[in-house]
Amino acid sequence: MLPLIWKDLLIEFRTKETLVSLLMLGLLTLLVLSLAFDPLSELRPLAAPGTLWVAVIFAGVLGIHRSFLCERENECLQGLLLCPVDRGTIFLAKVFGNALFMLGAQCVILPVFVVFFNLFPSLALLRLVVVLSLGIVGFAAAGTLFAAISVRTRAREVLLPLLVLPLVVPVLIAGVSATAKILAGKGLADVARWLHLLAGYDLLAVVVGWMIFEYAVEE
Amino acid sequence: MAAEAIRAEGLTRRFGAVMALDRISLCVQAGEAVAVFGPNGAGKTTLLRVIGTLLRPTDGRLWLFGHDLRSGSPALRRRVGVLSHQSFLYPDLTAAENLLFYARMYSLPEAGRRVAESVERLELGEWAARPVRTLSRGMLQRCALARALIHRPELLLLDEPFTGLDLEAAAAIERLLREEQQRGATIVLTTHDVARGFAICQRAIILSRGALRWDGPISPAARAEFEGRYAEAVRGAPARAVGEACCL
Amino acid sequence: MLWKNEGSRGAQGSSAERRGKKIPVRAAREVYDKVLPGATFVGVVAALYLVFVYVPNDAYQGPVQRIFYFHVPSAMATFAATGVLALASAMFLWTGREAWDRLAHSAAEVGLLFCSIVLTTGPIWARPIWGTWWTWDARLTTTLILWLIYVAYLMLRNFAPNRELGARYAAVLGVVGAVDVPIINRSVYWWRTIHPAVLRTREGGSGLGDPRMQLTLAVCFAAIALLAVWLLWLRYQTARTADAVAALRQQAAELPEG
Repeated sequence: MLPLIWKDLLIEFRTKETLVSLLMLGLLTLLVLSLAFDPLSELRPLAAPGTLWVAVIFAGVLGIHRSFLCERENECLQGLLLCPVDRGTIFLAKVFGNALFMLGAQCVILPVFVVFFNLFPSLALLRLVVVLSLGIVGFAAAGTLFAAISVRTRAREVLLPLLVLPLVVPVLIAGVSATAKILAGKGLADVARWLHLLAGYDLLAVVVGWMIFEYAVEE
Repeated sequence: MAAEAIRAEGLTRRFGAVMALDRISLCVQAGEAVAVFGPNGAGKTTLLRVIGTLLRPTDGRLWLFGHDLRSGSPALRRRVGVLSHQSFLYPDLTAAENLLFYARMYSLPEAGRRVAESVERLELGEWAARPVRTLSRGMLQRCALARALIHRPELLLLDEPFTGLDLEAAAAIERLLREEQQRGATIVLTTHDVARGFAICQRAIILSRGALRWDGPISPAARAEFEGRYAEAVRGAPARAVGEACCL
Repeated sequence: MLWKNEGSRGAQGSSAERRGKKIPVRAAREVYDKVLPGATFVGVVAALYLVFVYVPNDAYQGPVQRIFYFHVPSAMATFAATGVLALASAMFLWTGREAWDRLAHSAAEVGLLFCSIVLTTGPIWARPIWGTWWTWDARLTTTLILWLIYVAYLMLRNFAPNRELGARYAAVLGVVGAVDVPIINRSVYWWRTIHPAVLRTREGGSGLGDPRMQLTLAVCFAAIALLAVWLLWLRYQTARTADAVAALRQQAAELPEG
């Protein structure tokens, strides 16, 4: 599995395609949603959690999609399938890489989010990072599985969001609810239920994806 | 090493309603070099992909080195090398990095040294340090062959290795294939280049519309019959029965 | 293992296989073809009569409540179809036999139909009763997401590069969706109960004290169940025939000229 991760990191280091896509799309979504809500309105802080997660998810869908496009060129995925390696391992390596990139993009998106919504940088942000990490892992698992599928279809840019978004609703709901509580000053113990949901979803998504990936990728 | 490198019985592969492979039975002894001829769409690529474990057959059975693929382990893939139409090389990495990646994926000891050896043997020179995107077709094919050979497979499957290459590049590949054969590797290649196929291989197979039309040795005596059958296959004549599976 | 399953056998197989295909299956098929349409017709006519003529108005909700007799059985049909879809998808991945894939596809279309009925009758019923078209309670939201998954399933089949891959990918979605839907339901339920509900939602309306209402509901259940099964059957047969035609076409194309 290590060579696979090394390969993805090296390609990303060279081209920076996935990171840049994630970053730019995340920032653009933040901007658009910020414009959509009146900055002077009292209710604006209520929109903060949702805005953050929408940015994460929309950017994530396209970023994960790109990560599979590079496997399509020169049919590299077939080359991977020739190696004496479990298909599930390929899946895990891809999920790891994608989750890492999404988290990396957050290093820029989160500060911008804090600025746009006039939040006070406090411990709450650390708790937020915990929630984001849990959510991103689950999202990356579901996204990677279906990106492998959609990259071989027509209208692939349309199909991937259509496939992934309904299935990651639990991540969205749990993420937004937990974020709202945390931004209101609550501690991690108060959002334990949501954290458990995210952790359970992560586990399920990774395990099911690991088992089913060969059907998505072989012929 | 098992005496039979490949044994296929009744291999069938359908894509929807299209029959790409129609009950193909053949066997290839270890160390043999077989050339597969046939018109476009005959199923040559499909056959190679099935043997290379990239494609599951709809029906039929396949043994590689005596191991049934249905119960064989993924480690069996270590013994097979495939060169396809596509290079399987990541366009944004250099050739050397690609080779290093595959060397690690095959868990080769001293991966760096093997890559250097490979670069030297295939005469990649300074092109090995350039991104694969920038390579010419001939150099790309050579790098792809390096990738296919890096783990020293006992069975080499090549899908139209000479197509699109200039004479020098094609001759270089021919030379390499002979070296591999001398090493004891089994070679199955598909090609439209009858002359080169005959130069390298000792046995020829003709496919047409997914079915086996002819399977025999390459010799002056058999040449006339081969050419007759090949012409028929290209014209699309109806199937004629080929003898039973050749393995004894 | 390199190849997990035996490799799918196509539905056509050889004609010898087809002939040897057990007589009981053919007999069952004839029973379905003859009995199902008739029974469905009777059931639906009876249901319509009962709902629109026989049953009295609900004391609290008035005539609008009659939609309930279509809404609830349709929801049951949707979940049944989802179950069939999930099971058939898993079986298809496991065995590779095309019959399972046809069943999954048929279940998806039938499920989409009844899900659409649920999603349209629901708001029509809700508006006069609750004063709002839509609430975000767990059941409605999950049904909406289910509807989206159905659409995604059918689009995936259509956009796949070929039929085989389309079947396999759709089966992956079917299995993953089946595992995910309960989680989605749970998460929406927690989401709604943690925020105070803006509206009191009361699914199911008032208790069905009147035996006439109970009878109507029972008959509607039966009618819609029959309808769902019959549609599933029809769709499955259509898929079988379409595959057979495609195979024959291919054989014809392969025949020598003249």
